[in-house]
Amino acid sequence: MTPNYKLICGMEIHAELKTQSKMFCGCKNDPFHAPTSNSYTCPTCLGMPGALPVANKQAIEWTVKLGLALGCKINLFSKFDRKHYFYPDLPKGYQISQYDLPFCYDGQIETSEGLVRIRRIHLEEDTGKLLHKTVDGKKVSLIDFNRSSVPLIEIVTEPDITSAAQATEYSKKLRQILQYLDIANCDMEQGGMRLEANVSLQKPDQTELPNYKIELKNINSFRFLEQAVEYEISRQTTALDAGEDLHQETRGWNSTKNQSFVQRSKETAEDYRYFPDPDLPPIRFSEEQIEAIRVELPELQETIIKRWQDKYRLEPRFGHQLAKSHKLAEITDQLFSVAFTGGTDINKLASAIDNKKIVYDLESDVDKVITDFTTLHATETVNTADLDTIIQTVIKTNPDILTKFKQGQQQVMGFFMGQIMHQLKVKADPQQVHDALNKALENC
Amino acid sequence: MTNQLCSLTLAQTLNKLQKKEIQMSEIVQSVLDSIKKQDSTIHAFLTQNEGLLGDVKAREKLPLAGLPIAVKDNICTKGLRTTASSLVLDKFLPQYTATIVEKVCQAGATIIGKTNLDAWAHGSSTETSQYGRTLNPRNTGHLPGGSSGGSAAAVAADMSIVAIGTETAGSIRQPAAWCGVVGLKPTYGRVSRYGVIAMASSTDSPGPIAKTVQDAAMMLNYLAGQDLHDPTTSPQAVPDFTQSLGKSIKGLKVGLLYQDIEGMEIVKSHIDTAAKVLTELGAKVEPTQALSPQYAISVYTIVQRGEVSSNLARYDGIRFGNDRTFFGDEAKRRIMLGTYTLSKGYADKYYLTAQKARTLFIQDYQKLFEKYDCLISATSPSFAKKIGVTENAAMFGELEDMLLEPSSITGLPGISVPCYKDPQTNLFIGLNIIAPMWREDRVIQIADAFEKATDWNTWKETK
Repeated sequence: MTPNYKLICGMEIHAELKTQSKMFCGCKNDPFHAPTSNSYTCPTCLGMPGALPVANKQAIEWTVKLGLALGCKINLFSKFDRKHYFYPDLPKGYQISQYDLPFCYDGQIETSEGLVRIRRIHLEEDTGKLLHKTVDGKKVSLIDFNRSSVPLIEIVTEPDITSAAQATEYSKKLRQILQYLDIANCDMEQGGMRLEANVSLQKPDQTELPNYKIELKNINSFRFLEQAVEYEISRQTTALDAGEDLHQETRGWNSTKNQSFVQRSKETAEDYRYFPDPDLPPIRFSEEQIEAIRVELPELQETIIKRWQDKYRLEPRFGHQLAKSHKLAEITDQLFSVAFTGGTDINKLASAIDNKKIVYDLESDVDKVITDFTTLHATETVNTADLDTIIQTVIKTNPDILTKFKQGQQQVMGFFMGQIMHQLKVKADPQQVHDALNKALENC
Repeated sequence: MTNQLCSLTLAQTLNKLQKKEIQMSEIVQSVLDSIKKQDSTIHAFLTQNEGLLGDVKAREKLPLAGLPIAVKDNICTKGLRTTASSLVLDKFLPQYTATIVEKVCQAGATIIGKTNLDAWAHGSSTETSQYGRTLNPRNTGHLPGGSSGGSAAAVAADMSIVAIGTETAGSIRQPAAWCGVVGLKPTYGRVSRYGVIAMASSTDSPGPIAKTVQDAAMMLNYLAGQDLHDPTTSPQAVPDFTQSLGKSIKGLKVGLLYQDIEGMEIVKSHIDTAAKVLTELGAKVEPTQALSPQYAISVYTIVQRGEVSSNLARYDGIRFGNDRTFFGDEAKRRIMLGTYTLSKGYADKYYLTAQKARTLFIQDYQKLFEKYDCLISATSPSFAKKIGVTENAAMFGELEDMLLEPSSITGLPGISVPCYKDPQTNLFIGLNIIAPMWREDRVIQIADAFEKATDWNTWKETK
């Protein structure tokens, strides 16, 4: 990239909320585990004539909860609007969404490269899914409505992102927060979280925002997001350097070719004919209701991890995994507290969990985890003479390995360790074995 | 009208059943005979319920004991064809039943058949039905009105003891007036819309079409109430509407509307006479002014066409069998106009402006109801018009329903009761009575008093 161009990037991220039921009907919200196509459907999510939507209270509260966690302001008066477009997976011919009065606005997420402002968070319904298959030798398109009307939140940022790495960092942070609040699974592969980056370049002497915007859509991994944004920066730089005018368009990412490609150019502006959905009365919150949600907000992930680092000297690599959701963070917090009082090495404990040597999940009992950990690390003292005999035998039967060691190949230590531990036939303290082996090798 | 069992009112039917003077199966047979005899001419029904007799038997012990009722064909009935009089839904068998039908059936009613309407309820004549028009049983050279024309005609011709219709702006009251029956449009949100094929979602109100005010009140008792499937229904308590029957209207203040506006020449004197009847009954009637209904036409047309274009978007040809080419001209006109008024750059100018004007109407009525307990006017500025009159008259419905559109866009309850019959043509004029939100009890009280004090109701002599 010519250093003179500045990346202007904003993100639009969709995530499916993991409520029990769908956004506007009582159907089960679990499209990925449905026994068959169209099994979680009813007149409402099938868009049958005469059927009406009823808003999911939980989904609305969770949207507000996310908003509060991101420091957003909340619209006390909000409503749902109809967004019209024709597509076979959209049974009503419109999607129920929010237009001018989203539930949340004006929030922020901190990244290592600076603040990313959240413009708005709104709630809408997901569409069905098209399947292109061959049935009885005929190519057909089928529709599965299990996903139809699953609650979907959209989080839109201001164009504050200035690098591909920041776009990825922002997206990862947002996913962490969604998972931590326990409101979304964000399974990227299954479309539970969808990334969209709006990318344009600002010329050196330009102060106003560029007059075009390239929408990178349907990106389903953080790695592809970073690659796609990097690719766009160089593609647009080349174009601008060549004096080309860039226009509004939607592009997809081909991860095989490592290229973005045009999906739709926007010569004419889309017209969704938004208007307030007359089937759904507007939503009014009182200040008290918002406060009640705010009070229930858990200690944020970053705060709790910071606390563990300060108090228990927890290594940074363990934090996120053990505070994946706020429920897990609560258990971990309790676990650390008990373990610390009992004199357990917190990093060793965290490592054992991280390496899956101990079963650890939302069902885990703190005392059981500590017992498991103690058992895991219980070792038998090995007679020094017996140990030395085994070490000597192993070294002697593997002269080629010894040669390699002498040539400076430190990694062969592992081979010796394995052989020795195996022949010991008891659970020895690896540190004791390691020290004895070192000593023996020095004397060889 | 005949003096057979099919010409009994709902109240009489239940009374005779209780006294064991008759059996419901006899009523049903009489109604079926009446349909067989007349409906090849009248064409009130699009589909008859083949399972009727079995349904009647299964419900004998319930309060309505198997009572046969006609249901407008834009109301979903599980497994029973529901077309909204449009070929787009020619073969549509709903997978579920509308809440209101569920409610009356749980109380023991049975569906005798599905009645004709203007396609998608777009119109005030039944002439836009893609299955052919219904004729007015009072005079078959004339229209029954609409859109609930099939339901009104079925009741007027004793082809159903009572019927369910839906009103968006006049679609219950205007056909009731033209067919000489009683039509009650409840407050918006009083009766569930779940399962009613949406026309204009912000004004659609299902309600009863009946032979007498008493019957309408009895039916409303079954239809009204909050529905968890329809978030626009109100948690407001539902009174027993029959408690408003037989009550004096002495001292009630009544405002008389629209007598001096253009086009009222035909009905004016009959409405004046009706007002005199109310005065004689002790009400204080005086002429009063409201915002011109001309504006209501504009507001209603813009809001309704916008909502129509949205509500019909789901009939995109992917499902339901028939594609968009099966839409009739009127539906196409409304989709185009509505798409335009909601499009970018025009939504502010049309749709949102219309919604603001709608608020002005709401305020206007609020002011009027500070002064009056209810307001009356003609239901329609004319008698039932001749068949074929809607050809090349795209705004026919709006002009016919002009007097009702203000109360529709404001969600108020209203009723139409017969207040004159022309001896030559045998055609009727209706008196429209409206009251504040949730005061169906008051419109029933006044309509009942009026009905009892006059001889316009054709079922009176059979009592």
